[in-house]
Amino acid sequence: MGTIEMVSLLSQQLLGLVGGLFLLTAFGLVVTRQLRSNLMVFVVQSVLLAASALILGYAKSSTHLLVVAGLSVVIKPLLIPLILHRTVSSDVFARREIFQVLNIPTALLVAVGLVIFSYFIARPLLGDSDAAIRINLPIGIAGLLLGAFAMTVRREAIPQVMAILSMENGAFFAGIAIAPGLPLIAELAASFDMLIIALVMGLLTKKIHERVGTTSVGELAALKEGSEQWNS
Amino acid sequence: MELLIVLSVPALGAAVSMIAPSRRVAAATTVLGALVVLVLSLRVALVTANGADMVAVKDWVSCDALGALLLLLTSFVGLTAALFSWGYLAKTPNSGRSGAGRRYYSNLNLFLLSLFAVPVLAHVALVWIAVELTTLLSVFLVSYEDTPEALEAAWKYMMLTCMGAALALVGVLMLYWTMTVSGGGPFTWQGLVAASSRMPPEPLMTAFLFILVGFGTKAGLVPLHTWLPDAHSQAPSPVCALLSGVETSAVLYAILRLLPVLQGIGGAAASWCVVFGLISTAAAAFLLIQVKDYKRLFAFSTIEHMGIILVGAGMGGADAQLGATYQVMSHAITKSFCFYAAGAALLVSGVRYIPSVRGLIRTSPITGASLILGGLAISGAPPFAVFFSEISILRAGLRTGHYLAVGLLSFSIVVAFCGIMFHVTRMVFGKPSPESVAVALPRSCVGALALAAIPVLVIGLYLPQWLTDLLGHAAATLGR
Repeated sequence: MGTIEMVSLLSQQLLGLVGGLFLLTAFGLVVTRQLRSNLMVFVVQSVLLAASALILGYAKSSTHLLVVAGLSVVIKPLLIPLILHRTVSSDVFARREIFQVLNIPTALLVAVGLVIFSYFIARPLLGDSDAAIRINLPIGIAGLLLGAFAMTVRREAIPQVMAILSMENGAFFAGIAIAPGLPLIAELAASFDMLIIALVMGLLTKKIHERVGTTSVGELAALKEGSEQWNS
Repeated sequence: MELLIVLSVPALGAAVSMIAPSRRVAAATTVLGALVVLVLSLRVALVTANGADMVAVKDWVSCDALGALLLLLTSFVGLTAALFSWGYLAKTPNSGRSGAGRRYYSNLNLFLLSLFAVPVLAHVALVWIAVELTTLLSVFLVSYEDTPEALEAAWKYMMLTCMGAALALVGVLMLYWTMTVSGGGPFTWQGLVAASSRMPPEPLMTAFLFILVGFGTKAGLVPLHTWLPDAHSQAPSPVCALLSGVETSAVLYAILRLLPVLQGIGGAAASWCVVFGLISTAAAAFLLIQVKDYKRLFAFSTIEHMGIILVGAGMGGADAQLGATYQVMSHAITKSFCFYAAGAALLVSGVRYIPSVRGLIRTSPITGASLILGGLAISGAPPFAVFFSEISILRAGLRTGHYLAVGLLSFSIVVAFCGIMFHVTRMVFGKPSPESVAVALPRSCVGALALAAIPVLVIGLYLPQWLTDLLGHAAATLGR
């Protein structure tokens, strides 16, 4: 809108390309079955988020966005996998998810529906916004909704963690376009927050693995209304 | 200045608890820290009761009457929870592991820090981070007992509330966007209200819906409430008191703060609140009837109360808003007391299964009396605060013509009253099973129960002048 100058055609095209790839990785998080490749998809998605921030930062010559890009590239593709590998034992990562709530074609169909829905949400908001917002806002919302969807259909702990983190990626993907002026301290705190999420989730996964013997969190269903498990 | 000390005391407490030589030192530090914060927040409350704001760092750290009310309630529950933990941990099976007690107190202090940060921080993006931290820093408190059930509850709690927080994050970023396109200004609650008349309606409403659904998940609004009864029943009782009594209200606070911002674009946002609130209240009232675990009973009652607060705030008008803030207060003091009573019942009987607990009034008179007092107070029996706050919301609703909402709300309240009293009376009276023996409660637990009982007994009958002023000013910030 008015306060943000137009970005050049080349960077627009680059932004579109990165946005498309970002959306593709969001689909990947819904369907990849190997836990290791699931983590890789998340790493690629985070790099794409950083790339988008880099392009926007360059186009608008905003050092702020460049710092955000730098933060994303250090924290999400490097530190988060490191933390998860440190906390969760490697045989968890070697697992393959056999059973999903929905089969892959159905899941993809629902995912396509969610993308259309997010364009439906974003459309009335765009008004006369600039190209960066037109590209990033709907894709960011789509990333968010696809992450929420992936969380509900996944049964393994690590893919669920990846889904949560990819939701935040989606939120930031929209955020770098719509709220580039957010104070740096808030960005720093939010990045720090992502690290704490990864750490807490990793530690909890480890505890569940040790105590329950599985990381198929979808099969944990002792606590339900009317459940008959009343020991202790 | 007080506000910065409020934030640094629990941080210090967490560090000391971590390196303390024994659990007792950690416990004593936590109680002492909570006491200091309570005194400071009383000062903050007295200042803001006159209508002035307390500002530590302009546009970043400040507190008005609504924030001060929440801060005061949080610090009071924090003190009683720290006190109750002292005896409760000594009696729970898992305290034998090396360092488990110290880690518990360290986590408790960090959790308190994040809870204090929600009302004290003024910048909306930082409030979002504080709300997210309340989840992350309490996960290991929920899973403290390390049973498979506790771990399952902690996992559900973390996953669903983090999902909600991510949705709310988009809402917060959209709010910032609408703020910049409408001319900018400080991104604080007051700044948003000041800029609200210039904001374009569609992005504002979309942002509100994202935040309502996102934070609503964490406040336990139906249909995204499924994690709440699990987490609030598996956590140790003093943690439940904090989770149920103040954490849910702290999240609701972030939603309520947006209502004056959205007043300018018609009543759509308020109607969403009323509808969500009514659904939550009704669903929770009916789920209450079939519970088999008495801690789940109080957890469902929390969902019901969150619904009532949201309906009260959504109906609008000065009276309903006053009722909603009054309900925030009465819920926090009463629900925390209920969870201490439930914790005492767990210590005495060793089971959570309602049919196995009978005749508490004989095996442990203090526990039985507390449970019946808590049950009466939380379900809204006359001389207690919850009764007056619910009545004031219902009366305000009738005066502003929300007949359908008031009818549904009073029906749900009556159903919930019957549900709670049915279960509680069966546990307290009735014939104790032959193998049950009389067990003495730890002294610190009795002390915490007594301290928590004071406001439960007093607030309904007598409200000091400064507290009335504080509630009035807090309610005024929900309108424009």
